[in-house]
Amino acid sequence: MANIDNILKKHGYKKSELIPILQDIQAEDRWLPCETLKYVSEKLDIPLIDVYSLATFYKSFSLKPRGKHVVTACCGTACHVRGGPKVLQELQNQLHIDVDETTPDKHFTLETVRCLGACALGPLVVVDGKYHGQMNTKKVASTLKKYSKKKK
Amino acid sequence: MTKLKSTSELEKLRKKIISEKDPKKRCIAVCSGTGCLASGSKHLSEVFQEELKKYKLSGKMEIRKTGCHGFCEKGPIVLIYPDEICYLKVKATDVSDIISQTIKEGKIVDRLLYTDPNTGKKIAKEYEIPFYKNQNRLIFGNNSKIDPTSIEDYLALGGYTALAKTLFKFKPEQVIEEVKKAELRGRGGGGFPAGKKWESTRKASGEPKYIIVNCDEGDPGAFMDRSLMEGNPHLVLEGLIIGGYAIGSHEGFIYVRQEYPLAVENTELAIKKAEELGLLGKNILGSGFDFTISIHRGAGAFVSGESSALMSAIEGKVGEPRSKYVHTSAKGLWDKPSNLNNVETFANVPIIINKGAEWFRKIGTEGSKGTKIFSLVGKVNNTGLVEVPMGTTLRQIIYDIGGGIPKEKKFKAVQTGGPSGGCLPEKFLDFPVDFDELYKAGSMMGSGGMIVMDEDTCMVDLAKYFTNFLADESCGKCVPCREGLRHMLKILEDITAGKATKEHVAHLEELSEVVRDASLCALGQSAPNPVLSTLRYFRDEYDAHIRGECPAKVCKNLIAYYIDPERCQGCGLCRKNCPTNAIRGETKTVHVINQEKCIKCNTCFDVCPKNFRAVSKLSGKPVPTLVNDGTPIKPLKR
Repeated sequence: MANIDNILKKHGYKKSELIPILQDIQAEDRWLPCETLKYVSEKLDIPLIDVYSLATFYKSFSLKPRGKHVVTACCGTACHVRGGPKVLQELQNQLHIDVDETTPDKHFTLETVRCLGACALGPLVVVDGKYHGQMNTKKVASTLKKYSKKKK
Repeated sequence: MTKLKSTSELEKLRKKIISEKDPKKRCIAVCSGTGCLASGSKHLSEVFQEELKKYKLSGKMEIRKTGCHGFCEKGPIVLIYPDEICYLKVKATDVSDIISQTIKEGKIVDRLLYTDPNTGKKIAKEYEIPFYKNQNRLIFGNNSKIDPTSIEDYLALGGYTALAKTLFKFKPEQVIEEVKKAELRGRGGGGFPAGKKWESTRKASGEPKYIIVNCDEGDPGAFMDRSLMEGNPHLVLEGLIIGGYAIGSHEGFIYVRQEYPLAVENTELAIKKAEELGLLGKNILGSGFDFTISIHRGAGAFVSGESSALMSAIEGKVGEPRSKYVHTSAKGLWDKPSNLNNVETFANVPIIINKGAEWFRKIGTEGSKGTKIFSLVGKVNNTGLVEVPMGTTLRQIIYDIGGGIPKEKKFKAVQTGGPSGGCLPEKFLDFPVDFDELYKAGSMMGSGGMIVMDEDTCMVDLAKYFTNFLADESCGKCVPCREGLRHMLKILEDITAGKATKEHVAHLEELSEVVRDASLCALGQSAPNPVLSTLRYFRDEYDAHIRGECPAKVCKNLIAYYIDPERCQGCGLCRKNCPTNAIRGETKTVHVINQEKCIKCNTCFDVCPKNFRAVSKLSGKPVPTLVNDGTPIKPLKR
């Protein structure tokens, strides 16, 4: 669990720092549980509805627990015209989950992103921040295997 | 580091830095932009260090981790100075050869050079490679020469001279006058004259005033701002400080989208170093001018790139736009006069101050001066960042610099301006690219994304892609954008599913016009552009979908996969890889797809060996009925 008090203190309990505060908490906990939002709302004296509205407006905040490995498929235009949708479909087939879902064993979470600005490498899949470029349906399985449990 | 208290101290430091740099000393510049890092350039730099040690060359040679060189397709890129030998797609295993041959003996490692695909000739020098040769890298050129984490590298190339000149030789009004005279237009999309914007913020009543760099680059397919912010952050900082001085602001913000962690890292470091040298903070260079900069990370919302929404996000609120009958230059961040420009706009400012408006005006066209960086992506051979004078034609960009379309496919369209832009067909290839011309053609400059599409791209599917993107990113505040886009998307889904009639298309067109005219902010107002421009130039594709045919064979509901019995060699690869067991056949017999079981995942098409090419896609015509009766294969004639 992130030390929320420390993070709040670092940002001087400023209301205008709500976004960076939530970003810092999520960087440690990987998601924002309901209790966290309530706690932040109380401490900063911001109505919970405003904290919730902000946390749901921005795509990078997750209100659901995420798996050990976050697999992100880029859905930018350059990736799209180079076959990105097929790669995403294959990821869904292999992991047996939809976008924004986590596998039952909490090992993988599948997410999409609008564009990572590494268009020359498209179609692009990012796992835990590591870029895997020039993806195709054939490479999906071997890429996922690198992060599967057995590999440990 | 001690703070510099005057221009002469800055020049003294610069002289010292330059004198310590031996121009003849070899330098190995390893591109460490996001693209090359993803292709393994971090490891490559480490291997270079180790190998240099082995050859006892450490210290005699500099390994410089630079920003993005732009030729991302061929990364990791290694440039050897002073000869400017350019090695492409360099692997760790190549390092030993580069050192033993190029560094030790001055020989060139042929296999790592660029090969001209037309002549087959190898090209050693970076500036002779067509991708670079045909560009004019005014803004972007220093990226490959400096280490973005080193302020010394920036100073050695004349960095912060424009700031010193501004603070001591120009009154704020004169700076604005110079930028106005240069006719610098905003590079973020709208193309609004930057000098005019600065002037209205300066004249607006209210203190304090704020100045903001927009690095929210949300357009999918555009990454020039990222590369500038990552690769040459001091250039943007210098432009921002000059802007702050001009409008009378003492506080600047840089809003960086969260997908760009390296840009945040390098910019944070650049701010720290500039503060240490007294180029930022109180009494800059002893001029009496104070200026601070803070970074604000975005949290993932396309609409937050809109100026009023971005300001709301900096305030710590939901990044929704507001109606702009009161401009942000009068009431922006915390209701104070605020000026917002894009990264590339600020990057132009030091160059204008250094070289003068007259010099700058000579580049470009009547209505658009200077250069523009485009991110050339999609179905094009040389993907990367391209900087050309305004007015360069699409053909020069796509063919001379971009090297044309891969796999000898036919060019179909180019999409400029991101999701808010439009698709231009072949007849516009000789069209000069500038703000006004693109607008006339029904597209826009946007931030400079240029996505090339070939015959395999379905234009209706693409319109659906952008509409889906925008419907998802619409903040929902105004009805035309929120509901209109949702309905447009529904119609586009019906068209691509073959369930639409001509009336649907007419309805789509009408709805597009309503969304364009009635939406609150630029997101909604420009959202119908992809639909309207594809309807304008590719209406035949919409008509084909209504007849049940997808000409590019992309839309799943309108295509079928078919194995040509004349070409199938019975290898069984498709059968083994089919996720739904829809393919039947024995080894060495012709394989057949059960159309009812097929989910059109494209796997069979991908795995069928290239020399067989037995799997094909059909659209708009019935699939020949074949029975899986163990027909023996016919060997292919070669």
